[in-house]
Amino acid sequence: MAGANKAVVDSRANLPFVYGQYSPEQLRQVLHKMYLIRRFEEGAEECYMRGLIHGTMHLSIGQEASAMGICMPLAEDDQITSTHRGHGHCIAKGAEVSRMFAEFFGKTTGYCKGRGGSMHIADVAKGNLGANGIVAGGIPIAVGAALSSKMMKTGKVVVSFFGDGANNEGAFHEALNMAAIWKLPVIFVCENNGYGMSTSTARSTAVKNIAERAAAYSMPGVIVNGNIFSEVAEASFNAVERARAGEGPTLIESKTYRHRGHSKSDRNRYRTKEEIEDWMANRDPITLFETELRDFGFIDDQGMQAIRDAVAKEIADGIEFAKASPAPEIATLQNYVYTEHA
Amino acid sequence: MDAAVRELSYAQAIQEAMAIAMDMDERVFLMGEDIGVYGGAFQVTGDLVERYGTDRVIDTPISELGGAGVAVGAAVTGMRPIFEFQFSDFATLGMEQIVNQAAKMRFMLGGEVSVPVVMRFPAGSGTGAAAQHSQSLEAWLGHVPGLKVIQPATPHDAKGMLLAAIADPDPVMIFEHKLLYKMKGHVPEGHYTVPIGKAEIRREGRDLTIVATSIMVQKTLDAAAALEGEGIDIEVVDLRTIRPIDRQTVIDSVKKTSRLLCVYEAVKTLGIGAEVSALVAESEAFDYLDAPIVRLGGAETPIPYNPDLEKATVPQVPDIIAAARDLVKGVR
Repeated sequence: MAGANKAVVDSRANLPFVYGQYSPEQLRQVLHKMYLIRRFEEGAEECYMRGLIHGTMHLSIGQEASAMGICMPLAEDDQITSTHRGHGHCIAKGAEVSRMFAEFFGKTTGYCKGRGGSMHIADVAKGNLGANGIVAGGIPIAVGAALSSKMMKTGKVVVSFFGDGANNEGAFHEALNMAAIWKLPVIFVCENNGYGMSTSTARSTAVKNIAERAAAYSMPGVIVNGNIFSEVAEASFNAVERARAGEGPTLIESKTYRHRGHSKSDRNRYRTKEEIEDWMANRDPITLFETELRDFGFIDDQGMQAIRDAVAKEIADGIEFAKASPAPEIATLQNYVYTEHA
Repeated sequence: MDAAVRELSYAQAIQEAMAIAMDMDERVFLMGEDIGVYGGAFQVTGDLVERYGTDRVIDTPISELGGAGVAVGAAVTGMRPIFEFQFSDFATLGMEQIVNQAAKMRFMLGGEVSVPVVMRFPAGSGTGAAAQHSQSLEAWLGHVPGLKVIQPATPHDAKGMLLAAIADPDPVMIFEHKLLYKMKGHVPEGHYTVPIGKAEIRREGRDLTIVATSIMVQKTLDAAAALEGEGIDIEVVDLRTIRPIDRQTVIDSVKKTSRLLCVYEAVKTLGIGAEVSALVAESEAFDYLDAPIVRLGGAETPIPYNPDLEKATVPQVPDIIAAARDLVKGVR
């Protein structure tokens, strides 16, 4: 029996990182969550189109492997700060889609009781300190959370997600510098999807790879294919180990692509149809992960369909929950501006 | 020395408050530029780094935006940071974190977090530091729901309001006039708090209410003393907090005196005096007014370097005396 186990281990040892590191059940859970992120955003988009959700939203469709890979090695009480394109991060860190939909619908059962919406989605109980409407706004906050971890000796690691646009904000540079000089347990994750709104990184950023910025702050800069779950998870795993060991921060550049426009106002005039179709057809992170799981024998088509069906039900139930939930009373308008004294 | 009359400077009072808070609560720590061995640009932190170590008295790089953000992040995750801006003018560099993050995080997250951060801002003119190191920007922050904004005018209040700010679950911005740092006054030993949101009547009077902030409180008291000889009896209200503003104390005072003069150092237009004037005009005190409301604020100019020009930029005691006399005598 020991021999049989060894054979399994040996066969998995030749596979990419995650297949040796995590159990088949854990990996199927990852696929489940990737579907959940994709379907959640498609569901939210549909609700928006039908006028059920107002405002705007920034979809991360195409970036699911990045969110899941980074969060894979995190413990439940580890923390993240997220971005305006943060639905995937929120689900990856453990949020329930029903309460996320409720937030998008502006309901009291939403994570922010209808005060935040898509751009401020958070789940503090699961360590998500919040998406942020300000590009790079969450980066210094993550460093502060990491300072708390160090001062309070909680052992928590903090991940700060941000996009390529944020790497040209002053807050990015100030925050990375402080994290480095104080050796804080924080991981900076730049999800480089090629465009800050309409402006490509080639036009906006002096370095070819954003990870090169790490050299200026004496921390490792790691480039991964953000559409390959295993690559992202491995880089995150190493960065988490380094952070927990007190060796300081890491900058991970996760190169990825958003299939949708920047927000709902995007007319897609800055990139070609061919470019978008190429990413969708040939580099979709979910398709890539499905293929690996199937090829390595972790799941078959029937198993995948069962997960898709379960996700479809979760999404439908979530939307129903949101629709049925109560809207906030106008009289509560000024709640939560200040901490209510008992 | 008799404990009842123990005197400290305004700066010493702040330092004592920080030390008491750090003794009482291990979550309290200090961050800022050159607050460690240097002792702070105005020697407010002084030797605290020797007593509490570099882990709790943290010199930051010259990174106001990042530093403010680190303080916000530490506050939402269980610590009680006190972040010193070297000059209040540098709030402009940290504005994003103050206005978009600290002030709104609790609200945006539906009450799931509090942001118990204290930010200290050495403010005001009179030091020859010219236009970028002399401003009074408290009304900027006073305009932002989610923040509390205070301006202690005495050593006693500087200590008590800072201790109240540290205990407060929400972000509190403290504007400390640099010329007050050396002012001495009675400061009780040990822990006490002065409530945020409560104005204080510094001098009772019948003829005119002067609502003043920060260093203008002392100047107004000097003016009131000078006018006493002329038979003019002035009530001086030290506003102390500009958000949330203590409307009732102001309204009650104006109902008693029937005249209102607002005195503040910040640029007059759209300053705190506009708000105080409006709240009186909107209240039942309006019917009690015997004269137009008058504001005495800073000139519509950056703070100049030349000392005579600098003094002329902000209200001085003779200006307050003249404005008060005119108001009471009906010249206006």
